[in-house]
Amino acid sequence: MSKYNKKIREGIVSVAFLISALVSVAAVILISIFIFANGFSAIGKIGFVDFIFGQTWKPANNQFGIFPMIIGSIYVTLGAVLIGAPIGVMTAIYLAEYCPKKFYSVFSGLVNLMAGIPSVLYGFFGLVVLVPLIRNNLDSQGMSLLAASVLLGIMILPTIVAISQASLKAVDPGYYEGSLALGATHERSIFAVKLRAARSGIFSAVILGVGRAIGETMAVIMVAGNQAIIPKSVLDGVRTMTGNIVIEMGYATDLHRQALLATAAVLFVFILIVNLTFSLVLRRSLN
Amino acid sequence: MKKTSVVRKIFKPGFLPRFFVKGGALITLAVILTIVIYILVNGIPNLNSKLFAWEYNSENVSMMPAIVNTVAMVVVTLLMSVPIGIGAAVYMVEYVKKGSKLAKIIKLATQTLAGVPSIVYGLFGALFFVKYLSLQLSILSGCLTLGIMILPIVMETTEEALRMVPVSYKEGSLALGATRVQTIFKVMLRPATPGILSAVIIAVGRIVGESAALVFTAGTIAKPMASMLNSGRSLSVHMYVLSGEGLYIKQTYATATVLMLLVLILNGISSLIARKLEKNTTTEE
Repeated sequence: MSKYNKKIREGIVSVAFLISALVSVAAVILISIFIFANGFSAIGKIGFVDFIFGQTWKPANNQFGIFPMIIGSIYVTLGAVLIGAPIGVMTAIYLAEYCPKKFYSVFSGLVNLMAGIPSVLYGFFGLVVLVPLIRNNLDSQGMSLLAASVLLGIMILPTIVAISQASLKAVDPGYYEGSLALGATHERSIFAVKLRAARSGIFSAVILGVGRAIGETMAVIMVAGNQAIIPKSVLDGVRTMTGNIVIEMGYATDLHRQALLATAAVLFVFILIVNLTFSLVLRRSLN
Repeated sequence: MKKTSVVRKIFKPGFLPRFFVKGGALITLAVILTIVIYILVNGIPNLNSKLFAWEYNSENVSMMPAIVNTVAMVVVTLLMSVPIGIGAAVYMVEYVKKGSKLAKIIKLATQTLAGVPSIVYGLFGALFFVKYLSLQLSILSGCLTLGIMILPIVMETTEEALRMVPVSYKEGSLALGATRVQTIFKVMLRPATPGILSAVIIAVGRIVGESAALVFTAGTIAKPMASMLNSGRSLSVHMYVLSGEGLYIKQTYATATVLMLLVLILNGISSLIARKLEKNTTTEE
């Protein structure tokens, strides 16, 4: 092949690589345009305050207030973090510091497996195990904020474990050894020194868990009850923004449909804020 | 005697932290095992050949159509997304300077994509592929949506794998007179293959498990697809619809078991690859 042909071929291939790299940028732009354009036009029609802070969601009466769903998403996510974060971080410390070598690959393999289990399977498990458990033992219908929080707490475990463990492992071993040399015990060296050094990594793990919890859809719908009112206790049913979209999208038309797209726009804003916080924390932990 | 030893144990320094760490780990372990075992134990007895019949109807909610559709979605989505993901990763590693503006923008876009919830992908697909490009509720709309969703997984893992390739490989190839493109295809991508493969396996797992992004793009028709432009439910969507109807609890358990087995197999393959990767890197050092 002549040198000239070779050069052309090199050029074409490198342009193909560039285009591939730009696909993800194009996708983000398109997603933002389509979700926000549709969402904002609905918010314009309904009125920003009525939409975001409206307490009543009655599409049949043209009342589109998603405040209960915003609160619902926040409650469910908070509940999930309260349950998932401590257990996840403890598990990460166990894996990084205490786990016998033989058992390590089995345990971390199981945590990986947990990350691969589909939402519908978690949802189904919640429906047939968690919901009856709550219904039979507590004064509740079963489908509740509690059920959704516990289930989401379980679902965010693998994310929190994986990232916390990675950040614990990234701590300079000199910290731990220095602490031991100064006479601190194994536990003290881990909790007072290592954990402290890894704290922003662990924090970013929790934030990523928040992102997963707030965006989770199918599993939550199956166990949350989905009443569009602000729950008074953890035993009441709750509807999240994601749930609102999936439950009604199938039959919604006109302004109702647009209001659901606007719900997605609000959800997307929440996710973008979470992502931004995540990368800020991560950058700080790298410095 | 025994009592004092318990008391002493509790007051021994480090008991409480150890208790919490081991307790947390135990809870995690118990939860995973409970979920997996519960579904398998309840589902395996309900598996029967009727559930794999070609035809779906209200008397026999066969999962075969959903399995056929799922396989088609996996193949088509991978064919679309994997080459783009690999190309993008090559561009990030070989063509653009780390820390340049373009690299930062692409990285930010990829990270954003990775964090977008599947329901937002689903709505985007419904607005863009289904309506705007008028592909209708179809397997193709579903695959295009899934393709964007798995792009960041393929990209990031491939990028990591390419960065692990020793610089000497590349320099050697260039020194022997190979062009940049030849070096990429013949020298760089080969040692990165196991890494790319593991990304593909993870992507397959996400495609198989996805439901929220598919309900409004590929739809819920329970027929094996005749063409890419037909609507069709995947196995996860099938499982969601079944459990929502609440009439077919046995069949739902059986479907859950098939999904769980698929996830277990995919997970097994990916840990095999990971082990092989680890071996490769340790022998090279």
